[in-house]
Amino acid sequence: MDFAFLTLTELREKLDKKEVSSVELTKYFLERIKNLDKDYNSFVTVTEEEALKNAKDADDFISSPGENPFLCGIPYAAKDLFCTKGIRTTASSKILDNYIPPYDSTVIKKLKDQKSVLLGKTNLDQFAHGSSTETSAYGPSKNPWDKNRIPGGSSGGSSAAVGTGLSPWALATETGGSIRQPSSLCGISGWKPTYGRVSRYGIIAMGSSLDSPGAMAYSVEDLAHLAEIMSGRDERDSTTGHAPVEEYAKKISADLHGVKIGIPKEYFVEGMEEGVRHRVMEAVKELKKAGAEIVDVSLPNTKYGSLVYAIVAPSEISSNLGRYDGIRYGHTVANGKDLMEVYTKSRAEGFGDEAKRRIMTGTYVLSAGYYDAYYKKAQKVRRLIVNEFAEVFKQVDVLVCPSTPNVAPKLGKAADDPLFGYIADQLNIPGALAGLPALSIPCGFARPSDGETPSMDGLPVGLQIIGPQFGEQKIFNVGFAYQQLTDWHRKHPQI
Amino acid sequence: MLTKEEVVKISQLARIQLTDAEVEKFQKQLSTVLDYVEELKKVDTNGLEEVSQVTGLVNVQREDRIEVADNHEQILSQAPEIKDGYYKVKAIL
Repeated sequence: MDFAFLTLTELREKLDKKEVSSVELTKYFLERIKNLDKDYNSFVTVTEEEALKNAKDADDFISSPGENPFLCGIPYAAKDLFCTKGIRTTASSKILDNYIPPYDSTVIKKLKDQKSVLLGKTNLDQFAHGSSTETSAYGPSKNPWDKNRIPGGSSGGSSAAVGTGLSPWALATETGGSIRQPSSLCGISGWKPTYGRVSRYGIIAMGSSLDSPGAMAYSVEDLAHLAEIMSGRDERDSTTGHAPVEEYAKKISADLHGVKIGIPKEYFVEGMEEGVRHRVMEAVKELKKAGAEIVDVSLPNTKYGSLVYAIVAPSEISSNLGRYDGIRYGHTVANGKDLMEVYTKSRAEGFGDEAKRRIMTGTYVLSAGYYDAYYKKAQKVRRLIVNEFAEVFKQVDVLVCPSTPNVAPKLGKAADDPLFGYIADQLNIPGALAGLPALSIPCGFARPSDGETPSMDGLPVGLQIIGPQFGEQKIFNVGFAYQQLTDWHRKHPQI
Repeated sequence: MLTKEEVVKISQLARIQLTDAEVEKFQKQLSTVLDYVEELKKVDTNGLEEVSQVTGLVNVQREDRIEVADNHEQILSQAPEIKDGYYKVKAIL
């Protein structure tokens, strides 16, 4: 039997009806990873032994009386940025190549409580610094639709794994586009939560005022289920929000009568591929059919988003990556002559170019004499962006626009271009700076503007749906309505 | 454009040793990033408060209570060098 590309809702039903066991399902995906992942490089570590043991436990639970948790027995993959107790966690970096966390991140713990089955840890841009997985110390992952193209990043291993049907869903994280952009480029559905909706505890930190752990799957309905499970206050992350977690999946509604959707004109940027624009405008027509009222809106400060991010993110990175000292864990230099040399050489050997570049950018803009001109100024412009979104959400319920200006670019474009990510993620970054929840869902295919692709239909285009803070239900409803009317989310690559 | 001396100074503050070739490369790349953000300086931000916590939380507190942690060995097992249950570092003075 073929289990690839089935939704979580479908897998739940098969497990509950005993049409398949968790062990069978787990073996199926492990086998698929073994056969296919040498071409896609989506996993850094595959946890076969633990997975089979956990699947057996899940089967025992399913056989016993009582209701099964939604994820019980369902395999998943986790971005290698989530700490997993006793399982190597690298952040796709050399400096953490041998790191075995002594504890689980809060999200991993919640998934264990559900008795879900971890298949392995997925590749990412080193420390999540990048938008292509090309900064990974373990080589880039490949796009499921065209192996010569990037899967996006930083959560590109997760999007490649789900897009290739190697895992029914995957954990991902976003700081400024790292869930939406790879979901868009791989043709899957991704949820970037409101900042603080999901606990950051135990996730290797990048930009602490932005980092948002989320998920990638095949449908918005699945994401709504995952959001219910992953969200909530955590005493171990004081920035988690106090708003109650709603029953997103139960309350999901495809009726958009009375819903106002804003189309921000600044998100149709110069240089955007024509096919992308076209597909997104078609999607807007579908949403109108579902009853939504479409309103043109303007967010003039959008253009400053990437500039603010280019200061705020490296600043927080330089602070967060200060902890890698070659003393408590991670890579250490073989023969440092004094303490300072242990620090400077361990970090020189352990960090890749992108991490070094960002740490140094952050160090510079935070240093004495420059702090006010760069960091403080950027955080003030960030306020303009926050205020502008707050204003627009007085007029509309959600915003709809493209997730990325283009379909998946070819491998190699990101290398040594220090601005690649800031431009690739320009449609995701402003919302991330304002802590807003968002989805990227497939809305068709378009031909790339940078050469040919063997994919017959072209490459996936992503529709972005952005909501107000803690407005998860609103974005799920709009995404769900769209997926009731179209079947782009059920199109998968020929593999 | 940043000078080579500035790049070396930054790398020292960041505790990352650079080769001469890296100094030259990062001199160009860091300058590219700094040029890129230059436009922000022109934005009028008079009277605006910086964003420090985006969802508006203030002073989140919790009860101060003792919990047992029994994973010392696992934690120390990650260190390159330990002695008698402590991290071992090079002499500082």
